[in-house]
Amino acid sequence: MQNELDAVVNEQASEVVLEKPESQLKEMWFSLIANKGAVAGLVIILLLTLVAVFGRFIMPYDPNYSDMTISFQSPSAAHWFGTDQLGRDIFSRIIDGTHISLTVGISAVALSLTIGTILGAIAGYRGGKIDTVIMRIMDMMLAIPSILLAIAFMAALGKGIDKAVIAIGLVCIPEYARIVRGCILSVKENDYVQAARVVGNKDFRIVFKHILPNVLSSIVVRATLGISSAVLDTAALGFLGLGVQPPFAEWGDMLGRARGFIFSAPYTLIFPGIAITITVLAFNLLGDGLRDALDPKSRKI
Amino acid sequence: MSEPLVQIKGLKKYFTMETDLLGRPTAVLKAVDDVSFDIYKGEAFGLVGESGCGKTTIGKMLVNLYTPTSGSILFNGTDLTKLSDTKRREYCRDIQLIFQDPYASLNPRMTIGDIIAEPIRINKLMPSNEVEGRVNYLLNCVGLANHHRNRYPHEFSGGQRQRVGIARALAVQPKLIVCDEPVSALDVSIQAQVLNLLDDLKEEFGLTYLFIAHGLNVVKHISDRVGVMYLGKLMEIADKKELYQNPLNPYTQALLSAIPVTDVTHKKERIILKGDVPSPINPGQGCRFASRCFKEFEGCDKICPELSDVGGGHCVACRLYDKGQIKKDA
Repeated sequence: MQNELDAVVNEQASEVVLEKPESQLKEMWFSLIANKGAVAGLVIILLLTLVAVFGRFIMPYDPNYSDMTISFQSPSAAHWFGTDQLGRDIFSRIIDGTHISLTVGISAVALSLTIGTILGAIAGYRGGKIDTVIMRIMDMMLAIPSILLAIAFMAALGKGIDKAVIAIGLVCIPEYARIVRGCILSVKENDYVQAARVVGNKDFRIVFKHILPNVLSSIVVRATLGISSAVLDTAALGFLGLGVQPPFAEWGDMLGRARGFIFSAPYTLIFPGIAITITVLAFNLLGDGLRDALDPKSRKI
Repeated sequence: MSEPLVQIKGLKKYFTMETDLLGRPTAVLKAVDDVSFDIYKGEAFGLVGESGCGKTTIGKMLVNLYTPTSGSILFNGTDLTKLSDTKRREYCRDIQLIFQDPYASLNPRMTIGDIIAEPIRINKLMPSNEVEGRVNYLLNCVGLANHHRNRYPHEFSGGQRQRVGIARALAVQPKLIVCDEPVSALDVSIQAQVLNLLDDLKEEFGLTYLFIAHGLNVVKHISDRVGVMYLGKLMEIADKKELYQNPLNPYTQALLSAIPVTDVTHKKERIILKGDVPSPINPGQGCRFASRCFKEFEGCDKICPELSDVGGGHCVACRLYDKGQIKKDA
């Protein structure tokens, strides 16, 4: 009886063994799409991306074409979101601005993530004096309000979309450096990292092959949330007249130039504002969803 | 006895716990304090002692995870402490480590196959088309199947994971394996399996073990010679039989008396030590065990006994056996 039972158990065990292991990515994906907010965020981001790529084919007017005879038109069938002070179609300009906001947001995060990860990895893995020096510089950068620092960088670099990316990217470095360093410190002393050293791995490989993959989740979450704040920073710089220069349509710039007409023509502000809000919200929703999906502790079994 | 593979001489590892404002140490933890012993080729040297006595620190110094404060480690006649970083890495490849906790020692993001293949690949031990076959061979050696290769560590039990850890250690064809309490995190039924596996592999691959454990019963099974440590010091080294039949150091006697006996009719006198293990931070001048020793006599707390041979390779560090010392109550 006992033997039979054992045989059954063994059979089941071997069946389980033969089953293909479910990849962690797949598991993560299922847990992500179970989260309604994350799905909403993901859908909006996909739509925004499509608009950014194919926007020129769906915009009804040339976003930079100005016709002073039709300035300050209320939203209508011809001009869905109305026209601005120079008679440009706001709907077309918002579509045009999607491309700029997403590009600046994502490339700024890519820049700060790259530099921040490298600095954080060196600080966290090496420790000691190098750690102190790097992290104190990061602290100094954090002590200055980020938008002020970005303005200072813009003042030094000059205006333009590429300069905006650099300014926002540089300002965000400390955030990533800190988070990467913290993550590395938490895994560095793990046995499997020591094991990697014992079998003869070089430091570089230990960091990138053994440490970072295990802390990737928190970095990805932070980067997704970081895109939303980068989009917001781009808008803020545009609002202050420092970011992307006219005639390019940029949401913050549109807000800034229209702010004098907030009472006479509110639609010139409302629609760019809504565009910024939706974009930021979408990245925040996705970031929160990713955090839940990547954190095994909150994952449902 | 064959020639020594490892000769450890005056090995010390101090950790600075506190410093004053100028960075001068004010509290020093003497994890390993002036330890010397040899490990002979083909033997299993057991190292026992309670938690925090420095046995793991010795193991980690051997595999280059810690740099010794002073002293030397001669491996095959080469002093590892005097080599440059790159050279040392090369030499240390011949010394591998099996970790205590099989749940923490495997990278959760890598498959079993990658974990075992990695040491072979990064050290370029064989052409890449032969690696897979070697991994399969190693898996079979430790009692796992080929199809386990594509699975992740979390799909395995503790015993299986420890087998993976052993396979990883074997992958670079080491001469010495430091087993850092390889069975203490496992179920008792699995412990015997893993110990037998280690015993078999030793024969098959001609390995030498430094077997670290905190209980004498595990060591009894696998070791040829045993060293007993207490608070960073070696108290006694002897052949396994000699140590179990004729323990000289009072600490060893107390340790042996604590092994549970399965025979109920056999009554054994247990030595109950008083007090707790003192802190290894800034220990005193005398014998480390003096404060708890039941045979302590005058001067024990002032004079630190040296490890000396009392005959037949049985070394003990206790003033009871010092030459010229009158055995008062032994």
